[in-house]
Amino acid sequence: MAVTDPERQAPSLVTGEKHHGRTMHLTLRVWRQAGPDSEGRFADYDVPGISEDMSFLEMLDVVNERLASDGEEPITFDHDCREGICGTCSLMINGRAHGPERGTATCQLHMRKFGDGDTIVVEPWRAEGFPIIRDLMVDRSTLDRIVEAGGFITVSPGSAPDANLVPVPKVVADASMDAAACIQCGACVAACPNSAANLFTAAKVAHLNLLPQGEPQRYQRVESMVDTMEQFFGSCTNHGECEEACPKEISIDFIATMNKDYLRAKIKNRRYLSRNP
Amino acid sequence: MAPSLDAKIPEGPIEDKWDAHKFSVKLVNPNNKRKFDIIVVGTGLAGGAAAATLGGLGYNVKVFTFHDSPRRAHSIAAQGGINAAKNYHNDGDSVYRLFYDTVKGGDYRSREANVYRLAQVSNNIIDQCTAQGVPFAREYGGLLDNRSFGGAQVSRTFYARGQTGQQLLLGAYQALAEQIAKGTVTLYNRSEMLDVVTVDGRAAGIVVRDLLTGEVSSHSAHAVVLATGGYSNVFFLSTNAMACNATAIWRAHRQGALFANPCYTQIHPTCIPSSDEYQSKLTLMSESLRNDGRIWVPAKAHDPRPPSEIPEAERDYFLERKYPSFGNLVPRDVASRNAKAMIDQEKGVGPLGNGVYLDFSASVDRLGRNVVEERYGNLFEMYDRITGEDPYGSPMRIYPAPHYTMGGLWVDYNLETTIPGLYCLGEANFSDHGANRLGASALMQGLADGYFVLPQTIGDGIAPLLGTKPVDTHHEAFRLAEAAVRDRYAGYLAIGGTRSADWFHRELGKIMWDHCGMERNRPGLEKAISEIPALYEEFKKDLRVLGNDASVNQALERAGRVDDFFQLGLLMCEDALHREESCGGHFRSEHQTPEGEAERDDDRFAYVGAWEHTGEMAPGRLHREDLVFENVKLTQRSYK
Ligand SMILES: Cc1cc2nc3c(=O)[nH]c(=O)nc-3n(C[C@H](O)[C@H](O)[C@H](O)COP(=O)(O)OP(=O)(O)OC[C@H]3O[C@@H](n4cnc5c(N)ncnc54)[C@H](O)[C@@H]3O)c2cc1C
Ligand code: SF4
Ligand code: FES
Repeated sequence: MAVTDPERQAPSLVTGEKHHGRTMHLTLRVWRQAGPDSEGRFADYDVPGISEDMSFLEMLDVVNERLASDGEEPITFDHDCREGICGTCSLMINGRAHGPERGTATCQLHMRKFGDGDTIVVEPWRAEGFPIIRDLMVDRSTLDRIVEAGGFITVSPGSAPDANLVPVPKVVADASMDAAACIQCGACVAACPNSAANLFTAAKVAHLNLLPQGEPQRYQRVESMVDTMEQFFGSCTNHGECEEACPKEISIDFIATMNKDYLRAKIKNRRYLSRNP
Repeated sequence: MAPSLDAKIPEGPIEDKWDAHKFSVKLVNPNNKRKFDIIVVGTGLAGGAAAATLGGLGYNVKVFTFHDSPRRAHSIAAQGGINAAKNYHNDGDSVYRLFYDTVKGGDYRSREANVYRLAQVSNNIIDQCTAQGVPFAREYGGLLDNRSFGGAQVSRTFYARGQTGQQLLLGAYQALAEQIAKGTVTLYNRSEMLDVVTVDGRAAGIVVRDLLTGEVSSHSAHAVVLATGGYSNVFFLSTNAMACNATAIWRAHRQGALFANPCYTQIHPTCIPSSDEYQSKLTLMSESLRNDGRIWVPAKAHDPRPPSEIPEAERDYFLERKYPSFGNLVPRDVASRNAKAMIDQEKGVGPLGNGVYLDFSASVDRLGRNVVEERYGNLFEMYDRITGEDPYGSPMRIYPAPHYTMGGLWVDYNLETTIPGLYCLGEANFSDHGANRLGASALMQGLADGYFVLPQTIGDGIAPLLGTKPVDTHHEAFRLAEAAVRDRYAGYLAIGGTRSADWFHRELGKIMWDHCGMERNRPGLEKAISEIPALYEEFKKDLRVLGNDASVNQALERAGRVDDFFQLGLLMCEDALHREESCGGHFRSEHQTPEGEAERDDDRFAYVGAWEHTGEMAPGRLHREDLVFENVKLTQRSYK
């Protein structure tokens, strides 16, 4: 179907200012799927009058307004903060998780990265661990299950010692922060040919295991998180697509750290168990 | 005279109130905690911390969020930092100073006892979060680093790069995940609370809509805790996430919870100006940028030159000029209003003339690019990504945007609303920030409420219920509430008009921004009070929502939220009209000093205005809690 009349956007927008940048005319090929068990298909939309200053999601907002005024149901997609921090947005754009710009979540991608006349293919994350809910929205709660398995440090409020009691070398705190920057978006899984969640899991393990505060639960944590990960996701064969797709540029080196801790956990936990039958 | 409210502030000197109160509240024996069911709505800093802590104490907790994961709550977006009175820098900070600064920053419209408690527990928060693995910034010696932030003259702000909210929320989320795994907390994600149910005047539970299936269901408990965030999105364009909304607290208000100070909203000075009419939300640049950035506009109006060609002598560093001692670090309301004044004088910069410069060139010269990059690198990148401009090359452009709402459900010292058994935490309540919130204080308040205050005070309310079961969800009150929710949502689908909920939301936002934004006055507010109901009528006749109520329908979700924004927007204007003074973020142009600063009227308005719902779009009924200042002397705020 075609959404051809660029003038139609006017009544839906109220500020009265006109955009001042370049405008573009695009074709969108979007995955539409009515529900988890319905069959999906691509639908093509003709989209004129898009300003290069819009974000990708603002472009989808405009398309949705136009669809709705034509009586077609809007495209469902997940999003919230639109600042690249909540991890809710999740689009496969031209075959790339979060689109063409490195280190950028879908919501921070701007239309100036595309060319006039482009055809843009938009799909949901595709992975066994992420069932499709509707159109471009998927269920990523399997990632929460991995965190529940051990991605925490146990401390009940009121019992913590003074925060400066344990100094943490700045480089260690910085490395932990690098890992903790993960937004749990799942792009690493979507980009991985095996649908593995190793980068995500490794980032959480590293965030906590690098810190002295995380030491007491270090081995239990890694073992339990990795085992849970394996229930839902494929195995890592070191392709590196995850790092490439990650909007927070989480380093693949964390996977090596996780693997090392996992191996040591197997030994440590056994040794620990033999001492405490 | 409006009826007055009892805040249940404990007796005694301010330093002792909280300890004395903790000693006097009824306790629930550890073995009995599992016999109590508690509902928590919201998994941001406040709700996430509360649910995890209550679960850890042994209560039976159900936690609800409309997000897919608890970690997506809007708290994740906070950048700048969190305050605490640790005085690690030995620069004269103390619990008392943090208390004093917060009361003063709030322009003397907050409750002393609450603020003092907040300052007291601030130190526990830092200990708690550090122990949880929050990777706060550190100095080379390995100890925690601090910076000074938004209006504070001491360095008391802890931070984790520009992602402090994210890291604090991850701490709370992970603690929650642990309790979920243990089974003390049950998570209901993608579930939107749409009503509070009361039985015999007490909160009995909530009605929830499953956002995936449209199914409406009821949940009951011994107590209900709302931690559902702020309502800045009433302005449509704000720095809040797209889904932030007021439905939970508004529906509670309709059930009898008083709504306090709805007109106290904060406009944040450092946001990226909108670039065109498609803008869906505004992006905040952390206020920490004001530590090293200098704000200026060209001295003469309509100056067409690029910034690099404007010589120093022809620049107006207006905050440094007007406020020599605080300079660029004046509180948010002062900074925002001054930026607006410059733009009103046609000195605005950028393609739409809707910004002022925030310039780092002096800092780069002084500190070196590396240091500036270390401090603000990710913010500079974000700016570049959004605007396509490099802030190292030319100054950033900033403009104020709605950001935080100090108003919210009225709560007493126990954080209990006027509906017994209904509690409210975090940005959703009105409690600690008066008429203006200081930077880095919202994260502190959310975590104080969730980790340290509510888990102590809730026992007092529920201990007497030991041995009783929560109301059965087959009770008629639940039945009726569920039916009303179903009818409401079926109603939106049935209108079959021509305009989307977003369209109405933008229109409402424009009215609110024009008349109830940074500057308010009687004629404007009266205009808004007549326009909002008219637009609301149109909304009810001309709304168009496609699809059905039995699967994901994001347009339908928005319709419900916009409906509630209309009603709240009207109340905000009424509150702003009744408050014939200026204070903090509430600036009435009729009430200003000769220098153009906010002029309070302490004789008439040193109270919390708490509104009672009297009917849909009907004028509210005002109750008041008189504010008594025993420790802080009321003065005209001055940042000169
Ligand atoms: C961009 C930005 C930057 C900020 N930076 C800082 C800073 O540096 N320092 C600082 O102190 N403060 C900052 N703030 C303010 C601070 O982040 C917020 O005030 C605070 O995080 C609010 O936390 P909360 O727990 O009250 O609510 P939120 O984090 O908004 O959480 C609300 C929760 O309630 C749920 N919810 C809401 N309604 C319903 C419903 N009807 N049914 C089910 N669930 C519901 C949501 O799903 C969510 O889980 C910033 C705010 C913004 C917008
Ligand atoms: S590791 Fe990167 S891609 Fe994977 S979930 Fe985290 S932020 Fe997303
Ligand atoms: S919408 Fe929050 S990261 Fe994209």
